Amino acid sequence: MTEEQKALAPADPKMTARDVKVFYGPKQAIKGVSIDVDMDNVTAFIGPSGCGKSTFLRTLNRMNDTVASARVEGTITLDGDDIYAPSMDVVQLRARVGMVFQKPNPFPKSIYENIAYGPRIHGLAAGKADMDVIVEKSLRRAGLWEEVKDRLHDSGTALSGGQQQRLCIGRAIAVEPEVILMDEPCSALDPIATAKIEELIHELRGRYAIVIVTHNMQQAARVSQRTAFFHLGELVEYGVTSDIFTNPRQERTKDYITGRYG
Amino acid sequence: MSSAPPSAERLPTDWKSDAMQRRIARRYASERRFKAAGLLAVLLSAAFLAFLLVTMMGNGLRGFTRTEIAVSVDFPASPLKLDPAAVTDRALAEAGLPTMTGAVAEKALGPDGDDLIAPTAWLAIRDAIKDDPTILRRTATIRLPAATAIDLANKGKGTPEAEAAVERLKQAGVLSTGFNATFLSSSDGTDPTQVGIWGAFKGSLLTMLVTLLLSFPIGVATALYLEEYAPKTWWTDIIEVSINNLAAVPSIIFGLLGLSIFLNFLHLPRSAALVGGMTLALMTMPVIVIAGRNAIKAVPPSIRDAALGIGASPVQVVFQHVLPLALPGILTGTIIGMARALGETAPLLMIGMRAFIATPPGGVTDPATVLPVQIFLWSDEVSKGFVEKTSAAIIVLLVFLLAMNGLAIYLRNKFERRWS
Repeated sequence: MTEEQKALAPADPKMTARDVKVFYGPKQAIKGVSIDVDMDNVTAFIGPSGCGKSTFLRTLNRMNDTVASARVEGTITLDGDDIYAPSMDVVQLRARVGMVFQKPNPFPKSIYENIAYGPRIHGLAAGKADMDVIVEKSLRRAGLWEEVKDRLHDSGTALSGGQQQRLCIGRAIAVEPEVILMDEPCSALDPIATAKIEELIHELRGRYAIVIVTHNMQQAARVSQRTAFFHLGELVEYGVTSDIFTNPRQERTKDYITGRYG
Repeated sequence: MSSAPPSAERLPTDWKSDAMQRRIARRYASERRFKAAGLLAVLLSAAFLAFLLVTMMGNGLRGFTRTEIAVSVDFPASPLKLDPAAVTDRALAEAGLPTMTGAVAEKALGPDGDDLIAPTAWLAIRDAIKDDPTILRRTATIRLPAATAIDLANKGKGTPEAEAAVERLKQAGVLSTGFNATFLSSSDGTDPTQVGIWGAFKGSLLTMLVTLLLSFPIGVATALYLEEYAPKTWWTDIIEVSINNLAAVPSIIFGLLGLSIFLNFLHLPRSAALVGGMTLALMTMPVIVIAGRNAIKAVPPSIRDAALGIGASPVQVVFQHVLPLALPGILTGTIIGMARALGETAPLLMIGMRAFIATPPGGVTDPATVLPVQIFLWSDEVSKGFVEKTSAAIIVLLVFLLAMNGLAIYLRNKFERRWS
């Protein structure tokens, strides 16, 4: 960690990564990344395609476990506990660290069932009435309640792309996660739907630690307070978003932000 | 792009030149040729199908009817020793019905009367007495099934003598054609007027049941394990290649396998639906595994990600998301496999299901035969009366198959609607 990163490190980080390396077979995708994520700030990962930002994001809730050839080195902690320790239950980890994917991927079930599925498998609802409350609360927080409250039993796949993505956010929220990881959540959406998601991220800030991967630098500037720039598997620069965009310290960051490559 | 043209000699493309027009015409012509070839192929296959159906129906529908001869029976005058108040199976069996029936026929139809009716015609009189014992107190008209020769002559395929007899009977006004209920309710026999399909149908049903109960769970579990859990090593590669090869093994080999393992080694009952079903399950399972794996592969990975991302365990992902989405495809594969098993003859011959079985099986361990084997057996019979029975049995088999496919399509659509 550089001095400025130490200065940035919050006193009470939600998640920390220290010297994380990811390999796909013999190929190294992440080359020693250290970063802290806290509750008060939205953290954005930016960088050109193939720079490893999505790969790194997926190590934070161990989604890389599903890739047989992937191997992770280094330490990642959640509330101080090593998430790659044998004692860590990966199912519980993923409930605590929720994820929203690039392409909206609601289950081919009703809107209600999409939200209720997570709480049900984790036993979070005491009964039908309790579940109704959870569903309404989650949909309200995802900013979707007013649009779907009259058709909760319609299929989730019948919604528009933006609504589907907010449904997916509501589905992640329903299990009361502590961290929400968003992997380019707006890349498949039109500008209006994108604006709604960004607004939603603002509202969710503070309640959950949010990490968002984005291709869109304006989006990073709009929604985040911390920005990390990845290039070729390295964390090139990490800092306060306004500093990164107005006063980048690294030449590579400056070139990327000014549109010289990417 | 803003670069300059690479060379000055290159002329602008003339989209209306003759060469260009010819190229376009050739393109359209090749498209028309392709369409015509496709249409021809469709017409040819439709013609084959129509030919098959028409010949089957032409021959087979006659198998569902039988020629009957109305005979007046004067019960009080007959030598039967039956008390109308106490008609039991035993009393009927000892009453001398076959002899009496012959005498009745000779009295009503002339000296050759006994040859005009089927050897088993006395069963019709027995059934009439059973239905209504008071018939014994009066004279009644009973329709007796005609002998095979008469039946064939009446349907236009008889010998000259039989046709003369039919002509005589027609003049007497006693000949009629009725629905052959016996064909649907009885089993194999030696007299073509009395044989039926019920025994073979029930045997097929029991065999299919055993096949389905074994091959579906094993096949689906194998497909799930190989797709979702098995590490991708040379070991799983070998299993995959073996299963693919198994699906292409000639069915008679499975029959030999069933013979050596189920009969000779495990000493399970010969000719039984249980062994037949187990043998066909060996054959059907690889088909279900292959179809199941393809259906599971086709489930979008995003659904798996979504479920894993909110903390579903791998088992929950498989049973609550992957399997329901893959089910329509798995069902289609299962039905294809089952339809193939239903029409299979060779492996069942190997395990002794070609025996002459005149009573329908009561359970999976009773001796049984199945529809295709029954068809095979009847097609081998010398008596001419079996020709139309063979075709009629083919119709029953085809209807069974259609019903199975219809059920599959219904199930598939039902599950597809629910999950998307």
